[in-house]
Amino acid sequence: MNRIVVGAHYGLKDWLAQRITGVVMAVYTVILMFYLFTGGAASAEAWRATMSGGFMRFISFLFIISLCYHAWVGIRDIWMDYVKPTSVRLTLHTLTLLTLVGVAGWATQIIWRL
Amino acid sequence: MTVSNSRKLHFKIYRYDPDKDAKPYMQDIEIEVPATDRKLLDAMVTLKAKDDSIAFRRSCREGVCGSDAMNINGKNGLACLTDLSSFPEGKPIILRPLPGLPVIRDLIVDMTQFFKQYHSIKPYLINNDPLPERERLQSPEDREELNGLYECILCACCTTACPSFWWNPDKFVGPAGLLAAYRFIADTRDQATSERLDNLEDPYRLFRCHTIMNCVDVCPKGLNPTKAIGKIKDMMVKRAI
Repeated sequence: MNRIVVGAHYGLKDWLAQRITGVVMAVYTVILMFYLFTGGAASAEAWRATMSGGFMRFISFLFIISLCYHAWVGIRDIWMDYVKPTSVRLTLHTLTLLTLVGVAGWATQIIWRL
Repeated sequence: MTVSNSRKLHFKIYRYDPDKDAKPYMQDIEIEVPATDRKLLDAMVTLKAKDDSIAFRRSCREGVCGSDAMNINGKNGLACLTDLSSFPEGKPIILRPLPGLPVIRDLIVDMTQFFKQYHSIKPYLINNDPLPERERLQSPEDREELNGLYECILCACCTTACPSFWWNPDKFVGPAGLLAAYRFIADTRDQATSERLDNLEDPYRLFRCHTIMNCVDVCPKGLNPTKAIGKIKDMMVKRAI
């Protein structure tokens, strides 16, 4: 079948999510910078104390989820531009998604165990 | 007219005649143009009078028809609106066809794909109410909303400057098409707003726009397709949440 088909009726949610996750990451970066420049990482113990606080755990988790969702939309866009065969693209989409979910879980586990 | 009133121009022009040339090439041409030639198109008409094998489109010669869109020194624009005085002395004027579309001959491109995308957004008013006796009225405020949208002359400068269109010309509507889409979405007399938004909610048709704003940079009419695209997205958000 060589007909061009468009009209998947999605895109808004991802576009919006990419913007919102971008804001979350920017805000997290500012908060983290504040902690780091006010002695939050003066020593390994101080850094551990900073990162293991309840608020920090909460926003670190949000940051990791935002990063992975943001990356998902971006990487998917790259596959959509450069990879044309549907089977290869679907495989890459799936692998990307699985990798990002795995990475998100792993990163959260590391941060929360501190 | 005396020779001292003329100006010497050095052109580098993209030449390709599929009947004769195996592949395109750049031709160097030097020409004296009279001082009365003010715009690039004037000089090209003078050039064409000397060598009629050079092919380019032109019609109104005043920025209304959009026929003479081309790539001028690397930037898309209309030859008829480009001042000869804007070119630096001693440097060649490099003319190429609009990028991203198939070349028919020299500076003439095949605009089929461009117009296919334009037609896909249904560029006409959809209103199923019985025709009024005189006209469908709008308030001045509602009419104001169409400013900056209706002026598009479909020259294709913007769409062919857009990398998203170069990459997916068969799927991405392109800035000109999306500007026209918003022109009808914004029109209070149109009744198909929801269908129009449905038609555009697609990862390719609308969301291939990554807001790099090449379209705004090149539009010879000073329009802002990126802003129109942003407003379409705003309306989609408003509709969804």
